[in-house]
Amino acid sequence: MKTYDLTKTAIKTFIPAEQEIALSTEDLHVFYGLHEQIKGVSLQFPRYKISAVIGSSGSGKSTYLRSLNRMNDEIQTARVTGKIMYRGLDINQNNIDVFEMRKHIGMVFQRPNPFAKSIYDNIVFAPQRHGIKNKQVLDELVETTLQQAGLWNEVKDTLHKSALALSGGQQQRLCIARAIALKPDILLLDEPASALDPISTSVVEDTLAQLKAQYTIIIVTHNMQQAARVSDYTAFFHQGVALEYAETNQIFTQPAIQATDDYVSGHFG
Amino acid sequence: MDPIRESLLKKSHQAKLERRGRLLGLFCISLIVVVVAAIFYFVASRGLATFYHDKINLWDFLTKQAWNPGTKDSHGIPEVGALPMIVGSFLVTIFAALVATPFAIGAAIFMTEISPRRGMQILKPVTELLVGIPSVVYGFIGLTVVVPVIRYLFGGTGFGILAGTFVLFVMILPTVTSMSVDALRAVPRHYREASLALGATRWQTIYKVVLRSSLPGLLTAIVFGMARAFGEALAVQMVIGNAALLPHNLVSPASTLTSILTMGIGNTIMGSLENNALWSLALILLLMSLVFNLLIRLIGRKGALKP
Amino acid sequence: MKVKRQDKVATVILYLIAGTIILVLASLLAFILIQGLPHVTWHFLTTPARSFEAGGGIGIQLFNSFYLLVLAMVISVPLSLGAGIYLSEYAKKNWLTSLIRTAIEILSSLPSVVVGLFGFLIFVIQFKFGFSILSGALVLTVFNLPLLTRNVEESLASISSMQREAGLALGLSRWETVTRIIVPEALPGITTGMILGAGRVFGEAAALIYTAGQSAPALDFTNWNPFYIASPLNPLRPAETLAVHIWKINSEGIMPDAVAVSAGASAVLIIAVLVFNLSARWFGQHLYQKMTGSGKKGA
Repeated sequence: MKTYDLTKTAIKTFIPAEQEIALSTEDLHVFYGLHEQIKGVSLQFPRYKISAVIGSSGSGKSTYLRSLNRMNDEIQTARVTGKIMYRGLDINQNNIDVFEMRKHIGMVFQRPNPFAKSIYDNIVFAPQRHGIKNKQVLDELVETTLQQAGLWNEVKDTLHKSALALSGGQQQRLCIARAIALKPDILLLDEPASALDPISTSVVEDTLAQLKAQYTIIIVTHNMQQAARVSDYTAFFHQGVALEYAETNQIFTQPAIQATDDYVSGHFG
Repeated sequence: MDPIRESLLKKSHQAKLERRGRLLGLFCISLIVVVVAAIFYFVASRGLATFYHDKINLWDFLTKQAWNPGTKDSHGIPEVGALPMIVGSFLVTIFAALVATPFAIGAAIFMTEISPRRGMQILKPVTELLVGIPSVVYGFIGLTVVVPVIRYLFGGTGFGILAGTFVLFVMILPTVTSMSVDALRAVPRHYREASLALGATRWQTIYKVVLRSSLPGLLTAIVFGMARAFGEALAVQMVIGNAALLPHNLVSPASTLTSILTMGIGNTIMGSLENNALWSLALILLLMSLVFNLLIRLIGRKGALKP
Repeated sequence: MKVKRQDKVATVILYLIAGTIILVLASLLAFILIQGLPHVTWHFLTTPARSFEAGGGIGIQLFNSFYLLVLAMVISVPLSLGAGIYLSEYAKKNWLTSLIRTAIEILSSLPSVVVGLFGFLIFVIQFKFGFSILSGALVLTVFNLPLLTRNVEESLASISSMQREAGLALGLSRWETVTRIIVPEALPGITTGMILGAGRVFGEAAALIYTAGQSAPALDFTNWNPFYIASPLNPLRPAETLAVHIWKINSEGIMPDAVAVSAGASAVLIIAVLVFNLSARWFGQHLYQKMTGSGKKGA
């Protein structure tokens, strides 16, 4: 593999007048033990847009995403420094209620992970825990979220069957429905289609395109076609550094940096 | 103001739940730790009183043979020699382990290497069931079957080390067997295949490859069985005869630490020398269980070094 | 050819060993059941024991065993759940945690007679509970806790960490995630462990001799007020259990039909163990199927 100059970056910052910023990081570092996985990343994610994070495996893109809603808190050896700005607050501070924050910054994981409960209960479980008790409200929530996730027609007659009986693609869409049932501001997706077959993948991608109207979405993917298809903005990660960040179109047609060019044209990764 | 922004700065319901839950768990775990500490503290303070308060010489306690805490010898020192019980405990434990080991490992090899299907269908459920049989039942069988048979064969009362050994052997056999099975199962399949492919017979493979590489696990199983045998009280107490004498032979009445302890603790007065001496026996039991624990750890660590 | 013969001989020996074990164990079971079962009648199971004459039953002992078991499980199940959850979900990987684990391991390997003596010292004398159901239940809890805790911890650890992430990413506390998602999923393993623990408690005697006592005073089965002295539910009355009873009548030798009564009582104990064992398996499998299978209303 070629080595690239990691100090030369091309990061486009989106000025508030032009685009409202939903979430941004400033000089974010992530350490696993002594190893520095993310080496100072500063990015801004515009509201109601889909931003893709691409890069080869080991580039730190998933680590970066997981620190945005502080899922790295759960790893004992992980340490995150720098700012994560959300609604004018640095949510990487101890005074932030991390559980409350995750209600607004939801996450869908690489492998579908529905609870061993019914389809219905998978969706209403968290809203119930957060205080919604009205049966009618919950019923409506199940219907609207499943529709948004493009799953309603397939499961509307089997809502009380175990979610584990669904196919992988259906499970992943259920996980998306479960995440948006909390009406989050921001949805983080960690390679949501990597474990799925091509047909399920395209269904999930369609789902994302529809969700864009209401949610700010940040998606990590190793599939460049997917990034090109679904995202408005794309960040290219390499060895823990964001080397380039701009409109998706520009990244794929006229990348500013050699490394990006090599990656998107398939020379490595 | 932004309500979401506000809510991020307040303690959520979840944060409170989390705090409460963590404290609850911490309370439970602390309770267990406190109990362990208390067991050590109380047994040690009672057990050491024999030496500090009653001024018994530790060496005499461990090596003298006369156990009559109520009476004094010609020098005016109470007769508290625990050697007979210590010897008794070690003898039944070692003998039981010596007899049980070939049977347990043989059965385990049978179950994993020779006839897994039949082994798993018949032998495994039976051993699992037997692990759960209460020790008094073993004691009762020892009393009504083993002791009379020994009496018939060797004369005397039938009570003694031999009867104790036999009862403990049957008692620890299921435990040692099922732990040995686990140890043998942990040997990777390709070890066996490689050996067989090199032209070794099944027995050579078992003996030179499977047994060697599962040695730490098998040792752990045996030590575990010994720990159980050493600490077993009632089953042994029912068949050993409970005479605080050094055993002359395997069929003369003898005693173990546990048997004298169960017999005596209810008949002595708290704080008296007779009572303290019994607690000293309990302390030996406690320390031995620590030793067995340590042994198992050492074996585990040694074993872990191997690939 | 020597090697070949060796192989044959070894195989024969192994067959013999396996055969011997099966023979020993089968005759053990057969002995108890054949000796004991004929004595097990409704009368035997319900009448009180008699000391100096034959024909007594095990009614009170049987009731005591079950009452003690229930009390011990009521105390130890929640405690072991809390401790197991803490170890599997909250404990950090450091020296303190490994010390705690060592303490639990040591407790689980202590001879039950030592645990019983500790209970005698603390519950019977220090706390002045006397020889009582309560002392017995507490000492059985001490005896049972380490194994239950380890079982809970292992059952929880076997559930994929992806389930925990799923809960946390929905803004749930770890406590909610564990108690409402992970514990239900780990229920087959936890239940199996609890039932096996119950079986162990049911047959324990050494820890009870000096805590629950060796006498079974007559009970008035018409008065269930726990504060009444002869009430079956009174937690402060002495309560000889079935296992202790077998030990005592055999050591005392004053009951003329001690062998018959012991055989009957042993048969009852073994059947109880069998029931515990089988139900542990059945519950484990049944719960597992219920949770993963489709076609049923969600848990």
